[in-house]
Amino acid sequence: MDVKHVANLAHIAITEEEAALYGPQLAGIVEYIEQLNTLDTTAVEPMLGGLTAEGESTRTIRPDEPHTSFTVEEAVGQAPDPVAEHFRVPKVL
Amino acid sequence: MSIVNEIERVLDNAERVNGELNSFLSIERSSSLKRAAELDASSSEMPLKGFAIGIKDNICVKGMQATCGSRILGNYKAHYDSTAVERLKAAGAVVVGKTNMDEFAMGSSNESSAFGTVRNPWDTERVPGGSSGGSAAAVASGVVRAALGSETGGSVRQPASFCGIAGLKPTYGRISRYGLVAFASSLDNIGIFGQNSRDIADVLGVIAGRDPMDATSANVEVPDYAAELTGYINGARIGIVRDLIGEGLDPDVKDSIEKAIDNLKKLGAVPVDITLPHAKYGIAVYYIIATAEASSNLARFDGVRYGFRAEEAGGLREMYMKTRDEGFGAEVKRRILLGTYVLSSGYYDAYYAKAQKVRALIKQDYVEAFKSCDAILTATSPTTAFKIGERLDDPLAMYLSDIFTVSANLAGVPAVSVPSGLSSDGLPIGLQLVGNFWGEAAILRIASAYETAFPLVGKPTVFAG
Repeated sequence: MDVKHVANLAHIAITEEEAALYGPQLAGIVEYIEQLNTLDTTAVEPMLGGLTAEGESTRTIRPDEPHTSFTVEEAVGQAPDPVAEHFRVPKVL
Repeated sequence: MSIVNEIERVLDNAERVNGELNSFLSIERSSSLKRAAELDASSSEMPLKGFAIGIKDNICVKGMQATCGSRILGNYKAHYDSTAVERLKAAGAVVVGKTNMDEFAMGSSNESSAFGTVRNPWDTERVPGGSSGGSAAAVASGVVRAALGSETGGSVRQPASFCGIAGLKPTYGRISRYGLVAFASSLDNIGIFGQNSRDIADVLGVIAGRDPMDATSANVEVPDYAAELTGYINGARIGIVRDLIGEGLDPDVKDSIEKAIDNLKKLGAVPVDITLPHAKYGIAVYYIIATAEASSNLARFDGVRYGFRAEEAGGLREMYMKTRDEGFGAEVKRRILLGTYVLSSGYYDAYYAKAQKVRALIKQDYVEAFKSCDAILTATSPTTAFKIGERLDDPLAMYLSDIFTVSANLAGVPAVSVPSGLSSDGLPIGLQLVGNFWGEAAILRIASAYETAFPLVGKPTVFAG
């Protein structure tokens, strides 16, 4: 695994020291999970998500009625850099 | 005694033991005393009136911190109640504090918390288990009778086992996850710790059931769990998986589990041999699915809308990358990297799609097994609580702590851990009972009968009760 490349995909700026530590640890874990390849699963339907049969059959549709929502203060009040009810970020270009 | 007096006693105990255990990240004195006074003044009957409870710090309680044990949410406060907490409050329970945890519930020892490890009340040199170690230690040390935790692969049952108390992971969809910070959405559950199974039944009866705010919560009738604890388990068929009581099991744990089978026979239960042929693949499947889902769920922590933001970043992308490097700890980063890798182009079919198929086989094992038994008995963990620091450099060894617990999360079935005895060096051993879908009452009944007939003899060294 190219740890620096994967970290880049995950938007994490890991250091050289971290890459040197995680590389062998992740390689060991990947080797362990590859034991699944010893199983023949060609005829198996994958399990998507975690729902039980009863969960699958639960009706989740409800009337589309408006409810009160969070206030602006609640929604943006904990932003690291809020400006006039917006989120400010460093320059993009 | 008034509720105010009782809550004051709980808060004093929490403060007294916290220096040694670090089980609470916040002790909420003013809000809980205010609530206690309201309850004293109220004449209405409530099922949990004045019941003090601790809440894991990844479950939202309005106005209280919700750090998830992470620097990236170090200054974050929840502005709404999770459904479980809303129902507890309506039933008269009082939230006395937020409990310590492995960062984003990723860990089996509580050592990955950004706010220091929790210590085991039975031996403060040892871990309490994880990831809900703070909740487990708060209950085991006698501060509260019950606490909420969360479970993705054993994070309630394993610390319950290490700390000598009872811990339940419900059926997937039994307890609403609204307000539980997501780790791996298809595996996550809110779980309950209690001094015993009766405390768990009391809390479960209040928080279980369909919630429109969580589309994965199921519309299944909620029984009167407390009334189900009859003590009568004559004829209950207990599934025994012989392959799982042998190699890799600490000898004291093995002895204790064999003794537990004999004890259950004395209570009238009938052991039945069963097999779970794919259980041995549980950890491999778990570390693909859980990390894949985590890499997606944790993408929201980017320093824009809330939480920590790294300083001095040149542009937007650099800000994201530095924020996530500085805000997340090593275990969270390892899991995000693994999850990103197994989902990345060219690897998806080999890892993620494969794991979903083996997950289906694991679930099918349980469906088959429950045709011939009412509950499945295993050890909760292959060992007793290990020493702080012992497994930190070997993530895979840490992951293998969850070998007996992960498959219940993968299949979605409920499971409870109750104390089965003490090891030769005086540490608690946990016995796990896995139930059929929606069968919490059946496993709690067996657990309750067991702990009543064969209570743990001994007490933690740090105990406030």
